[in-house]
Amino acid sequence: MSSTSAAPPPAVMPPATAQPRRAALALIVKDALVIGAIALALAIPLVGFKTVDRGSTTLLETRFGPMLCGVSVIALGRLAFSLINAGYTRTVFTVAATLASAWPLAVILGAAPKGWLPLAWMSWLVALSLALRAAYVVWSERAAAGGNLAPGERMAATVQRLSAFIAPVLIAFAVAMPMLPLADQRWVDLGILVLTYIMLGWGLNVVVGLAGLLDLGYVAFYAVGAYSFAIFAKTFALNFWEALPIAGLLAATFGVLLGFPVLRLRGDYLAIVTLGFGEIVRVVLLNWSDLSNGPKGIGDIPRPSFFGMPFSAAPPAGVTSFHQWFSQHLWEVSFSPIQRAIYLYYIILALALLTNWFTLRIRKLPISLAWEALREDEIACRALGINPTSTKLTAFAIGAMFGGFAGAFFATRQGFISPESFNFMESAIILAIVVLGGMGTQIGVVIAAILLIGGPEWFRDLESYRMLAFGALMVLIMIWRPRGLLAFREPTLRLKPVSAKSP
Amino acid sequence: MTAALLTVEHLTMRFGGLVAVDDVSFTAIDRQITALIGPNGAGKTTVFNCVTGFYRPRVGRLALRAADGHEFLLERMDGFRIAQQARIARTFQNIRLFPRMSVLENLMVAQHNRLMRASGYTLVGLFGLGVYRRAREAALERARYWLDRVHLLDRADDEAGNLPYGAQRRLEIARAMCTEPVLLCLDEPAAGLNARESSELNELILFIRDAHQIGVLLIEHDMSVVMKISDHIVVLDHGRKLADGNPAAVRSDPSVIRAYLGEEEDEELPAEVARDLGVRS
Repeated sequence: MSSTSAAPPPAVMPPATAQPRRAALALIVKDALVIGAIALALAIPLVGFKTVDRGSTTLLETRFGPMLCGVSVIALGRLAFSLINAGYTRTVFTVAATLASAWPLAVILGAAPKGWLPLAWMSWLVALSLALRAAYVVWSERAAAGGNLAPGERMAATVQRLSAFIAPVLIAFAVAMPMLPLADQRWVDLGILVLTYIMLGWGLNVVVGLAGLLDLGYVAFYAVGAYSFAIFAKTFALNFWEALPIAGLLAATFGVLLGFPVLRLRGDYLAIVTLGFGEIVRVVLLNWSDLSNGPKGIGDIPRPSFFGMPFSAAPPAGVTSFHQWFSQHLWEVSFSPIQRAIYLYYIILALALLTNWFTLRIRKLPISLAWEALREDEIACRALGINPTSTKLTAFAIGAMFGGFAGAFFATRQGFISPESFNFMESAIILAIVVLGGMGTQIGVVIAAILLIGGPEWFRDLESYRMLAFGALMVLIMIWRPRGLLAFREPTLRLKPVSAKSP
Repeated sequence: MTAALLTVEHLTMRFGGLVAVDDVSFTAIDRQITALIGPNGAGKTTVFNCVTGFYRPRVGRLALRAADGHEFLLERMDGFRIAQQARIARTFQNIRLFPRMSVLENLMVAQHNRLMRASGYTLVGLFGLGVYRRAREAALERARYWLDRVHLLDRADDEAGNLPYGAQRRLEIARAMCTEPVLLCLDEPAAGLNARESSELNELILFIRDAHQIGVLLIEHDMSVVMKISDHIVVLDHGRKLADGNPAAVRSDPSVIRAYLGEEEDEELPAEVARDLGVRS
């Protein structure tokens, strides 16, 4: 199906007269039918029949329904691709985009059919990729008409230039989300999860995206933050807001301590050593029982309180809980666990926005420019008098600090932490978010985190096909945007404003 | 006028069994252009790398005397500190720009240390105080000045990697000058340039010497550049210093002619080389 090359070959231009046009259409339809017939011939023995073991006998079951659906998807997909190549791009885009958006709408409205879910999802993916493909061709035609950027670059550049408008909309949505009618416990929890990873992604983006230091052990700082929060909060009876800066500072200190010996390494070597450090931290936490309680983990971590008011149904005597205070001063509410979830949601939203503000500010400062320059050419940086070690250590420490904040939040949200939560898989997911989003872009990290963390949740209906769909999505992104969805670098300062530039 | 800016004494650099630079001594005078010439493999770039701190020589003394009388012993300093404190800037034989950053950003990176101080090592700058904004304006102004000098003002916002070759060479010099050096080291700046670009380069180097009053240390193969603009020439061959003097003295030195043209002196000189060296055959 995807035998067409990336650049659209203008093989069959839309002919001028109606007669050859109809002939070309007939050819395309015939071709699609032939492909469908071949697929059918293959699918009948392979998919159409299924042997089922019933005790001693083997029965033959048919599943012609799903098979026919699959075959028609193949035929229609072929038809769509040929039509795109023949110049009917906009028609295909309209149809595919309508189909692709119909399914999520049906799911949100609760009108989705219950049977054959995997198949419906597969059709949705096909429709989505067809719509994207058609959009890509339209973009390429536009790009060929003017401008020197590749279509993907142009899309990334547009999104990034528009981010001044997109960002407030996204933030407004994020702020309003818990108030929306559809926001139940599951949605708020999902929001918290996605925001945690957005924050981790933004933190790691400083290290990987800006400074170009491939860190495969970022989860170590997440763990340091979580454990130092848990231990300080429990030992010294500190509340969330008192223990949070300690967790961040300790994680940053760890970043410097770990960074100092390894930062003279580059590229793959640095990646391997940081991977090792990530594991060392986990193994130490597993074995240093006096400090970390070993594999049993640390429980009863203090939950965050709202100006000293806990979120609990029955607070201890003399303490007002949040819902009591709320009922007294605003309007009557009864206790519900979602109140705490919503509070946690706003905490992580604030922390994530703090990370973002910090990164956006620092991009205007010389240190960030030096990080990028070090990523490009370390030798030239030395010749310009930039101290490579301290510059890299700053990036490492800042990234670690945000990892530590996120870790502290994780600890207070879960109420229980154990070394199991901080394995290599976490580092890999955070790194995947940064790389998929496009290194060094802020909004790319948001989109990638929604896709990677929200995606598997969104695909939960698919059950065991979930990771397959997820994998397909990753492969598609890597084919179309190998350097990340929004990989496009806008200079941090300009001599002339953008509008003054010739088109 | 003839104060020694850089003094190189008995510099020796070995790589395993290979002696790349063998007991070389010379001085570079302040506000003069000193050229290092010699055949391929003579050790010119090695001398450069020792001066700019990319190599640490075991034997020899490298001293830079600043205008305020402070003396830096370069052989004891880290590479980046030589650029930061002794204020020696350099360019590279194979251009080393930051290709995916814009031309203007390349020049801003060069002013890193000044801007870092102004931004209070990031802590103050985070809150956008006036001190930093003024320093940034000054840095932009300096970048604009040098862009104008190297005729790249209209390409300021383009990616440095997209510039044509000659423009990249000029940008690298502009970037080195943005660090406000007292000694500018140019490693084959004319390599790969055509005749017109090469003569523009001559003017630029002379302008740097005269208008900015700094010393220039130059490695060059192109004799038309060397003979025209150098005040002082040091000739190296096989790691040793062959000759040292003003252009006229060097081009009539028999050992230099021998090194450039081989041992047999009765061989016919290629016309171009003869013209460049100013030798009548």
